[in-house]
Amino acid sequence: MNFDRNLLNTARREWLALALTILLSLLGGLTILLQARQLSAILSAVFIDGQARSAVTSLLVPLLLILIVRALLAWLAEASAGTLAIQVKESLRSQLVNHLFRLGPAYTRGENSAELANTTLQGIENLDAYFSQYLPQAALAGLIPLAVLAVVFPLDWLSGLILLLTAPLIPIFMILIGKASEAATRRQWNALSRLSAYFLDTLQGLRELKLLGQSERRAVKVGEAADQYRLTTMNVLRVTFLSALVLEMVGTISTAVVAVQIGLRLLHGGLGFEQAFFILLLTPEFYLPLRLLGQRFHAGASGITAARRIYAILQTPALLEPAVTVENQANLSIPPQTIAFQNVSFAYPGQAGLAVEDVSFSLRRGELTALVGATGAGKSTLAHLLLRFALPVSGQILVDGVPLETITTELWRKQIAWVPQQPVLFQGTITENIGLGKPLASLAEIQRAAQQASLDQRIAALPAGYDTVLGEFGARLSGGELQRLALARAFLMDAPILVLDEPSGHLDPASEALLEESVRRLCAGRTVLIIAHRLPTVYRADQILVLDHGRIVESGTHPTLTAANGVYARLVNAYGGSRA
Amino acid sequence: MRTTVRLLQFLKPFTGWVALSVLLSTATIASGIGLLGTSAYLISRATLQPSIAVLQVAIVGVRFFGISRGVFRYLERLTSHSVNFRLLARLRLWLYRTIEPLAPAKLQDFSSGDLLNRVLADVDTLENFYVRVVAPYAAAGLTIIGMGLFLGRFDLKLGLVLAGGLIFSGVGIPLAAYAIGRGPGKAVVAVKARLSSTLIESIQGIGDLTAFNRSEAAAARLNKLGGSLAQAQHRMVWGSAWINAGNGLLANLTMVAILWLAIPLVSSGQLEGFLLPVVVMLSMASFEAVTPLAVAAQYHSASLESGARLFGMEKITPEVNDPAAPLPIPPLPLRLEVREVSLLYEDNPDNALTNITLRLDPGKKIALVGPSGAGKTSLVNVLLRLWDYDRGEILLNGTDLSRFRAADVRAQFSVISQTAYLFNATLRQNLRLARPGAGDDELHTTLLRAGLDNWTAALPNGLDTWVGEHGLRLSGGERQRLAVARTLLRDTPVVILDEPTANLDAVTEAALIQQLQSALAVKSVLWITHRLVGLEWMDEILVMDGGQIVERGTAAELIKTGGLYARLWEIQQRMLPSTFSKPSSS
Repeated sequence: MNFDRNLLNTARREWLALALTILLSLLGGLTILLQARQLSAILSAVFIDGQARSAVTSLLVPLLLILIVRALLAWLAEASAGTLAIQVKESLRSQLVNHLFRLGPAYTRGENSAELANTTLQGIENLDAYFSQYLPQAALAGLIPLAVLAVVFPLDWLSGLILLLTAPLIPIFMILIGKASEAATRRQWNALSRLSAYFLDTLQGLRELKLLGQSERRAVKVGEAADQYRLTTMNVLRVTFLSALVLEMVGTISTAVVAVQIGLRLLHGGLGFEQAFFILLLTPEFYLPLRLLGQRFHAGASGITAARRIYAILQTPALLEPAVTVENQANLSIPPQTIAFQNVSFAYPGQAGLAVEDVSFSLRRGELTALVGATGAGKSTLAHLLLRFALPVSGQILVDGVPLETITTELWRKQIAWVPQQPVLFQGTITENIGLGKPLASLAEIQRAAQQASLDQRIAALPAGYDTVLGEFGARLSGGELQRLALARAFLMDAPILVLDEPSGHLDPASEALLEESVRRLCAGRTVLIIAHRLPTVYRADQILVLDHGRIVESGTHPTLTAANGVYARLVNAYGGSRA
Repeated sequence: MRTTVRLLQFLKPFTGWVALSVLLSTATIASGIGLLGTSAYLISRATLQPSIAVLQVAIVGVRFFGISRGVFRYLERLTSHSVNFRLLARLRLWLYRTIEPLAPAKLQDFSSGDLLNRVLADVDTLENFYVRVVAPYAAAGLTIIGMGLFLGRFDLKLGLVLAGGLIFSGVGIPLAAYAIGRGPGKAVVAVKARLSSTLIESIQGIGDLTAFNRSEAAAARLNKLGGSLAQAQHRMVWGSAWINAGNGLLANLTMVAILWLAIPLVSSGQLEGFLLPVVVMLSMASFEAVTPLAVAAQYHSASLESGARLFGMEKITPEVNDPAAPLPIPPLPLRLEVREVSLLYEDNPDNALTNITLRLDPGKKIALVGPSGAGKTSLVNVLLRLWDYDRGEILLNGTDLSRFRAADVRAQFSVISQTAYLFNATLRQNLRLARPGAGDDELHTTLLRAGLDNWTAALPNGLDTWVGEHGLRLSGGERQRLAVARTLLRDTPVVILDEPTANLDAVTEAALIQQLQSALAVKSVLWITHRLVGLEWMDEILVMDGGQIVERGTAAELIKTGGLYARLWEIQQRMLPSTFSKPSSS
């Protein structure tokens, strides 16, 4: 009923731990039977046969032993179930991490990174209860009641029959209630989320409320919202609790029925005390695993919701490493003379429409190509395709005539450096962050790269210089400094091809000057594709590509495009006009 | 302890309900014990084959307890959840009343909703405090006393042993579990935090890592952290797996001890033989009361942490306090004068102000420009009494701002900020925040003046359209025009524009500025901006840098001077138009 195929396949890989868990729990179940029999025997000896304590000591000692073994088994079973869950989680998490990196930035750009991180951490943690509680309990709920029946039937077929007939009621009610309460729980959860959202909305807008002079009135509304929530939720809960009542009663009333019918037959001498008490002790144990399964059903359910998301990511096909021919590797001249985009189109998986459509252009060695266009025009997509974060859907990218997809990613990425608008800083020192592109670089190399990126003076001013851990002791870098750190990475890597995303925001005058100087230095002598946001950049570009809705609508140099008096000219003129 | 007491105080108004639900909870447990006890009695008594009449009472008892247990539990759940929701409502209201005076000055360090999320999660955690902590402990206490007395009636020793076993199980095991689980628990939390931050930076930086061929190294690092997490969890599992087993063992050992003590009582005739199975059964069944306490202890420590965080908010004093005898706001027209005002921040020198002097006469327009971090927003916060200042004076028609109620001062100002905050409510409700009780006619007239009449007319639900988070997505331009509409509704003498066009493209920016210029013609306007666009209608431009006013004059004068303003203007001219980088909204 609550078995997810993917999760069961995952569990199968850890079958040893699973089998061990079930075996230990079953043995634990057997000790319950032994304990009940031993206890009935002792009570019968004292109560019916009138024996003294000294006479029953020989029965009490085994009882103690049984109790200790039972506790040991319960401990081991729980530890083993926990271990099983930990192993499953660890292996699944590492699969997910590896797969995310195979999917790469082309996939993550369309996703919320906090959500992905949360799925990888908390989503997988949510599977814990499924493996450590639900799955072992499902096995036990099938096995222990059978064992109890096997013992009770030979002793007293009537009690056995009552157990047998009432047992199916529990799963039946559970399924009925499960469905009803799942809907109820969801509704209650929704109501709670709405209340929380309302409250969060209020707190986040608190400044606004204050400025509008409404913050005191709002308190009343907060109280009303919470009260409304209470009323709706209680209506929902009343139904849920009623269902739980029915379920609980199946167990207690059956116990009562067993007790009464045994009692009445004892009265007529149809049954001995020892058997009767033994059966009475076993009756609650018969229903317990079934009831526990009901409780853990919910634990399993939250795991299944999490699993859906996890397996959806795992089953997204990754960018495949192509079959590489030795010939092509040899044909690649380093540095490449021309990189040609031929009728390239690209669509992001799961998104309607093409991000880039039928685009053709060439990057020539040592030349600077500037991309301009609105957000969503396809500038970043072209950069991503050149970086091989994704492969074109149709068309080709040829590197000196060699199709890009036949070159290994590793070899290609050594030829190309990337300077994003906002580089991501990783926990670690300045040295480690600059050294990203060349992990074995010497300190001298790092310092030279920082100097070329005009970042050396700023670093010298930090408390621990190059060993400063970013984020600590107020060692925060400004927007301009971050950009220059990305430049330093590229300087250090010293690749012949450069993909650069210029910052679109305003910097203060000093930062602006430093940045421009460093960018010029970095571009010199390299083949550059730049997503341009500054006029001086496009002035000196060897080629400007104007993008609109994924297509190149104009191309040329600043003088030719201005003369052509098209989109480019209109936009630049409109802005550069009389504004003060 | 103090947090616990503080938490319990929240329950005070519900004492009667709480008592009822604890009684019902105890009755549920007692029914369970009663069911097994009477069943044992029925069986052992029947063995002696008395007349059926002797058994009648027991049979009724068994049937009663078989049914009452479910019923009591049902009633108990209804009561406790009802109390719980009332408690939740009180907590949220209390939290709002605590936080409201602190905003926004003292909530500065609590970044963008991050804290608020945490505080809200804390309230959710406290929701468990009553149902899962208070009620189980109280019910367990009552059961221990009741069962101890009941068995004590047969023999004092029996009662003492049972009560001892129950207390040990209810208190000793949770304490031991806490002591053993604390170390590994902390380790798990620490590793998780590291894994979480590394995951986020790796996923955000997946482009950097991939481009620099570092993805395998990054994956290996994450998997290593995953391994450490598994190790810490292993220790935790082994440290906690014994709890259930330990509880079970303790229950059984107590039962054996009682058996051991009771057998001689049977032999000596002090205890009737048929009562022996009953005593044994009662002893085993009583442990149902203490089993939930191990979990309750975990909830308790979580509640204490959340409670401490929440009650910590109470200790923060508001930034601005109202005077004991506030003066009424002077009659219009209002003249605002800032004289030599300084504001120091120990922890954040970026926001400081030094010797600011300016004068906003009725109907005048002043622009405040400068790079980000120049202190422009700090000045607004001071004017609006969201922040206090350290030196100098701010005069409203000659009287210092601190002599008025902060709320009265704010009633003289309207603010249009970078992004107008829209509440997740209807358009009408969002507008009415500016003037409660405004009629639809008035709202429509205002929307017309704000240039939104065509837009609202095109909405299928008109003023009832749901805006904000989950509803209609407004463009930046529409959002800001709604803020203009709110300002018009408020109709205050002074309007502060706090970079209202920062998130707009060039075309929308120009249109909004034009709209503002005509809509605010008669108002006093203070316009804060770092974009040097459309400043022609300003009477004076103040250039701020590093918390000081470094230049003043009109746009033309300042460009001629060749100072900071001129340099900023030159940089702006070098940027590609923002229509290139942002979609123009029409």
